[in-house]
Formats: sequence, C-alpha cells, structure tokens
Amino acid sequence: MMLYLQLFWSFAQIGLFSFGGGYAALPIIQKQVVSVHHWLTLQEFMDILAISQMTPGPVAINTATFVGMRVLGLPGAITATLGCVVPSFMVVLIIAYFYNKYKNIWVMQGLLAGLRPATVSLIATSGLGILIAALYHVEIEAFAIKNIASLDIPAAATFIFGMFLLGKRRSDPIYIIIGAGFLGIVFALF
Amino acid sequence: MHKSMSLTQLFTATFRLSAFTFGGGYVIISMMRRNFVEDRKWLQEEEMLDLTALAQSAPGAVAINASILTGYRLLGYPGALVAVFGTILPPLILLSTISFFYIQFKENFYISAFMKGTSAGVAAVILDMVVRMAKKILTEESFFAIAILLLSFISSLFFGADVRLVIFGSGLLGLLRAYYANRKFKGVRS
Repeated sequence: MMLYLQLFWSFAQIGLFSFGGGYAALPIIQKQVVSVHHWLTLQEFMDILAISQMTPGPVAINTATFVGMRVLGLPGAITATLGCVVPSFMVVLIIAYFYNKYKNIWVMQGLLAGLRPATVSLIATSGLGILIAALYHVEIEAFAIKNIASLDIPAAATFIFGMFLLGKRRSDPIYIIIGAGFLGIVFALF
Repeated sequence: MHKSMSLTQLFTATFRLSAFTFGGGYVIISMMRRNFVEDRKWLQEEEMLDLTALAQSAPGAVAINASILTGYRLLGYPGALVAVFGTILPPLILLSTISFFYIQFKENFYISAFMKGTSAGVAAVILDMVVRMAKKILTEESFFAIAILLLSFISSLFFGADVRLVIFGSGLLGLLRAYYANRKFKGVRS
C-alpha cells in the first residue's frame, strides 16, 4: 500500500510542477524516478526517453506507465498514471471554470489577448525545432548556417509533400504522420 | 454545451487523436483544432486558441490539459473526465505492453525508421496549423496582437526565452493594456 502511495505522490509532483510541457518536465521526472526512489537506473531512464519519442503520448505519462509497470505491474502503471493526471486535472478544471464564468470581463479578455498570440509563437518555435531536428538531425540551438548543406533530402521532401497535402488537399493530419512514417521506412531500406 | 455530440463521440475522438500524437503536445492541439474546429465545428477558432493558451499556462502535460479544457467546454465535468480518459488510455495501453520488451522495441530497425520518418510529418502538421493561426492574427487582430506575436516569437526562437517567461510577460502586457483601456473607457463615461 505504501508503495502505491509513493508512486501516486511522486507522479503527482511531476504533474503539478512541470510547466510548459514536454522536455521542461524531464529534470523533475529524473529526480523523482532515478535520484529519490531508484525505480529506474539512469540508463533505463534514457531508454524510456527514447521510447517516449517513438510512441504517442506525453513523456510524463509514458514514464509513469513504464515505472508503474516495473514496480507494481499493471495496477502500479494505473496508479502512477493517475498520479500524473489527477492534480493537474483539478487545477485545469478550476481554470476552465473561471474561464467559462469570467470569459467576458476585462481582466480575462486582457489576459487572453496577450496569451493568444504568444501561444501561436511558442507553438511556432516548437514546430521549427522539430523541423530542424527532422531535416538536419541537430538541436535548434546548435543549428548554424554551416549546417545548411547537410540537409536530409528525403525528410525535406516528406515535409514539403506533407505541407502541400495539408494546405491544398486538407488531408487528415493522422494520415500525414503515418504516411511520413512509412516513407521513413522506404528511405531507410533503399 | 453542444447538442450534436455525445460523450461516446468525444471519447472516440480524443482516443483516436491521442493514439497518433507522436512528437509532443502541440501535435494533439493541431489535430484537435483540425478535428473539433474545422471538421466538426464543435468549437470556434478563437475558443480553441483560448483553450490552447490556458493549457499551456497550467501545470502538467499540454496534451492532457488541452483535452481536459476542451472536454469541459464541450460537455461539462463528464466531458472533461471522458476526454482525459480518452487521452491517457492509448499511451497507457501501449507503454504497459511495450514495457515487457522495450529493448527489442527500441532497437527494431523498422520501428525506428518509421519514427524517424514521422518527425518530418509532425513538423508539417504543426507548422500548417501555425501558418493558419498566424494568418488569422495578422489579418484580423489588432496591432497589439501582432506586436505580441512578433515579440514572443523572436524572444523564444532567437533568444531562447523560457516558456514560463513568455507566457507571464505576454499575459501581463495583455492585462496592462486592458487595464488602461478600461480606465479610459470609464473616464469617458463619468
């Protein structure tokens, strides 16, 4: 029982204190899972990060499921995942309540008028980061003009084709992602 | 509340989207926007942008927060619950299965080639959404929104500004602007 509580509480902290999503949460996850509780070795933690990139779902949820399975099997996986979700569920519901109730007062309007364009920019930055990683296999921070020549041409072709299908043909994003994956296999084989 | 949809529909929609969210939270937002705003007309463009902004400002994974917020917006508390279960089930099922043979999974040639391929598709899906959202802001919104868009884009892309800083700063600027506009408005009336 103690172990269930520990799992729940550890992942609750991860859920509550990770802002901005994705990789901002990694140091907190590592601290809880590797340093404090020794549920995973550092190598296993790196493995789960690699797997997380290859599977759908947020890193925090994937780690929760994986650690829970290792420690207590399926009930553990469910406990850890719930731990990850329940606290932010409550916080987000409070926000949702206030948003719906006070959507039309000036404080909320003003806040959102600032947040809306900033959100688009943050998504743009993250999208460009993914694009640079896909086309040049480097982090966006490490990217420089001298890398221009090392373009991954199959990946660039996939990207341009994808943008075309999404923009002109209004294709379903799910098919674009799966199609890009199969093209990846084709390019790796030949 | 939306009349033309049911909890089952919401569950199926979030489950399907979550099962294909490779590459982080913004992909699911791109897919939700496409699915909920353009195809099914469950939400309006601006509402989706509001929910995205809130999802990003709250603790926890962006994908989970976005599904809680959209679920609540569409069908109240039951909607929020159903949407969050729809979103966490695919990674929970997948990761708990993979945890039995994760080394083989990580080292499988076809899986890693597929995943490498998807990143170009993911970049296309995210940037397609960014282009649409940015176009809307640049053509329809105020000078203020355009200024925030550019300022936050430049500071996060070229100066690596922290997500929290960008959110806090743009929210604050929005509040200040609304405060002065509000005061001026009252001053004129009295």
